[in-house]
Amino acid sequence: MSATFLGMPPFPTAARTALANEQLRSNLRHATGTIRAKRAVVVAEVDDWEDLRTAGAAVKDAALRHLDEHLVVLEQALTARGATVHWARDAAEACAVVADVARAHGVDEVVKVKSMATQEIGLNEFLADRGIAAWETDLAELIVQLGGDLPSHILVPAIHRNRAEIRDIFRQRMGAAGRPAPVDLTDDPGDLAGAARLHLREKFLRARVAVSGANFAVADTGTLVVVESEGNGRMCLTLPEVLVTVVGIEKVVPTWSDLDVFFQLLPRSSTGERMNPYTSTWSGVTQGDGPQEVHVVLLDNGRTRALADPVGRQALRCIRCSACLNVCPVYERVGGHAYGSVYPGPIGAILNPLLRGVGSDPQTDSLPYASSLCGACLEVCPVKIDIPSVLVDLRRQVVDAHRRQRVPTPEATVMRAAAWAFGDARRLSLGERLAGLGAPASRWLGPLVPRWSSSRDMPTVPRESFRRWWRRERAEGGRS
Amino acid sequence: MRVALMATCLGDLIFPDVPRATVRLLDRLGVQVEFPMGQTCCGQPFVNTGYVDEALPAVRAYADAFSGFDAVVIPSGSCAGSVRHQHSLAARRSGDPALEAAVAAYAPKAYELSEFLVDVLGVTDVGASFPHTVAYHPTCHSLRMLGLGDRPRRLLEAVRGLELVDLPHALECCGFGGTFALKNADTSVAMGLDKARDVVASGAQVLVAGDSSCLMHIGGLLSRQHSTVRVMHLAEVLASGDGAGS
Repeated sequence: MSATFLGMPPFPTAARTALANEQLRSNLRHATGTIRAKRAVVVAEVDDWEDLRTAGAAVKDAALRHLDEHLVVLEQALTARGATVHWARDAAEACAVVADVARAHGVDEVVKVKSMATQEIGLNEFLADRGIAAWETDLAELIVQLGGDLPSHILVPAIHRNRAEIRDIFRQRMGAAGRPAPVDLTDDPGDLAGAARLHLREKFLRARVAVSGANFAVADTGTLVVVESEGNGRMCLTLPEVLVTVVGIEKVVPTWSDLDVFFQLLPRSSTGERMNPYTSTWSGVTQGDGPQEVHVVLLDNGRTRALADPVGRQALRCIRCSACLNVCPVYERVGGHAYGSVYPGPIGAILNPLLRGVGSDPQTDSLPYASSLCGACLEVCPVKIDIPSVLVDLRRQVVDAHRRQRVPTPEATVMRAAAWAFGDARRLSLGERLAGLGAPASRWLGPLVPRWSSSRDMPTVPRESFRRWWRRERAEGGRS
Repeated sequence: MRVALMATCLGDLIFPDVPRATVRLLDRLGVQVEFPMGQTCCGQPFVNTGYVDEALPAVRAYADAFSGFDAVVIPSGSCAGSVRHQHSLAARRSGDPALEAAVAAYAPKAYELSEFLVDVLGVTDVGASFPHTVAYHPTCHSLRMLGLGDRPRRLLEAVRGLELVDLPHALECCGFGGTFALKNADTSVAMGLDKARDVVASGAQVLVAGDSSCLMHIGGLLSRQHSTVRVMHLAEVLASGDGAGS
C-alpha cells in the first residue's frame, strides 16, 4: 500500500508511458476541463481580481522578506497558547517528531487531514515502517491510499481515476482497512461518498491522534488555518485528543487580516467555489474544547534554499490552489505521476528543483524542461508566480551546473556550435553553403531528426535563403 | 523613420517566403525597409534551453545590426518577445554595461509584425485579398508574452474574400515550445495532434499564425496526416492579392 515516487525516471520517459494510457488522458481531459471552466466563471465575477492577485503576491512577498522574524513571533504566540513548537530541518526530523508523539501516546494509528507537507516528507510511509497506520480521511486521498496509488494532483489527488475505477477500489480494498464497502456499491457519486463516509466515521471516532498540515499560519495570533471542502478536516481537528500539525515555514502570514485576500483568491482558484466550505482555525490549546495536546512542526526541507534563489523564491508564495495544473496543456496530457513528486504540474516543475537543488539528480533536472513555456500558468496564478521565468532560470541553473563536466553533453556541443555560427552572419552564410540548399532540413539537424520526424513532416530547405534573395534583388542592382 | 526587417533565423534559412512577404507588404504600405546583413538569430533557442552564455553572440549580433533603427519589424511573436524580454537577461549576465545599455535602448523598438502595422502605421486594412476560409492560431508568445490581443484578427478581418472561422481551443498551446519539441517530443506531438484535430474541425482551408515555428510543427503534423489544410504565415496572407484589395 505504500507506493513511492522514489526512483521515478526523468520526465520525458515517464511522460511517454503516461501518454500511452488512453483512459488516463480521457479522465484528465474531462476533469481539468471541468474545473477550468468552473474557475473561469467565478473569477470573471470579481471586478478587482487583478488587484486581489497583486495584493496576494505582495502579502506573501512581505512575509517572506522577514520570514525569520515572523517565525519567531509565531513560535512565541503558539507557545504562549499552550502549543509545543518543533523545528524540522528536513523530512526525517519532521517525521520523527510525529512518530515520537504517536509513540508517547501508545497509538498504532492516526487520522490525517489532507496535507501536502506530510506527503512531501513521506510521513505515511515513515509511520508505517514503525507500525503506525496513518489513515487519509480526504475522499480523494482515501481513494489513492486504498488503491496503493500515488497522488497525481495537488487538490484532486485521484483526478486520474474515474468513478468506475473508484467503485472497484472501494469494493476490493475498503474491507482490509476497516468497514467494508457495501457489496452492491454502484459508481454513483452519492453512493461512493456514502460508503466513504461510513468507513471514515469509525476512524474519526476511534482515533486519539490526528495529523494535519496548514494552509496558513498567522504569526501574531499563533493561529493555524486549514481550508477544506468535506468536513473531514474539521473532524480530525476537533475529535482526537492530540493534534500534530506539520506546516512549511513559507505558510506564515504576519497578521490575521492578511488572510482576507487569500480567502477570496484560494477557493475561486482551486475548486472554482466562491467561498470555502470548511475553514478551521485554532490557536494552541482551548481548555475543554478540541485537542488538549497540540504540536506544531515548522518544516524547512529545502525552503530556505528556495528562499535564497532570487528568481525562484517567488514559488514560495504558492498557496497550493492547483489552478496552474488545471490550465497546463502538458499536465492535461501526461497527468501528475510523470512529474515524480507530490507537487506535479507547472508549480511542481519549479518547486521540486527549488527545494532539492539542481545538478545532481537527472529526474529533478528534467522538470524545468517539462513545459512548452506557453505561459497559461502565470495567467491564472492567484499570487502571480511567474512560472515561465522561473522555469527558464532553472534551466540556466541546470546547464550551468554541468558546465564544468569534462565531456560536454551532445546538446551542449550543438548549442556551442550554433552559438558560434550565430555570432557572425558570415559564418551563418558559410554553414548555409556547406549544408546544401534545397535539401531536406534533416541534413542540418542530424541526430535530432527522428525526434522530430517520427510524427511530423520536415520542411525542405529552400534553394535560396532570404538573405541571398535580398542580396540579389535589393542590395546589388535591386531597388534599394 | 528608419525601419529594419529582422527575418529571424527560421525565416531566413527555412521559410524565406515569410520575410519576402513582409518586404512586399511593407513596400505596398510605403515603408522603406532595410535588411542589415549582420543579423543572425534572436537567441531564444539558447536562453529557453538554459544556455544563456551561448545566446550572447546572437544578442551581440542583434545589437550590432539593429541599434540605431527607429523600428525593427519581426514577423514572429516569439522572436519579438525574446528581443523585448530576454535580451536583457543575457546582457546582464555578460557583465558588459555597454551591451546592457544597447539592449535597453533597442528592446522597446522591436515590433512583431501586427504590432507594427496596427500601432506604428495605424492600419488594419492593408489592401490584401485572400479568398479562402481561414482559422487563426494566436501562438502563446504573441498572446501572453506580447499581449497582441485582437490585432492579428483585425488585420485578417479586413482582408478581401477571407472568411475567418473559429478555431476550437484556440488559446491552447500547439506544443512546439522550441527545444521542447525535441526534448519532450512525445508530449509535444500529443499536444500538436490535438491542435491539428481542432484545426481540421474548424473547417478552415488555411491555418494562419504569426510564428513560423508553431506553423512548422502543426503543419508537419497535418502534412503527415495527408490533410488538405495548408498553413501560412500572417505576413503571406496580408501580402496576397495585388494590394488594391482585389
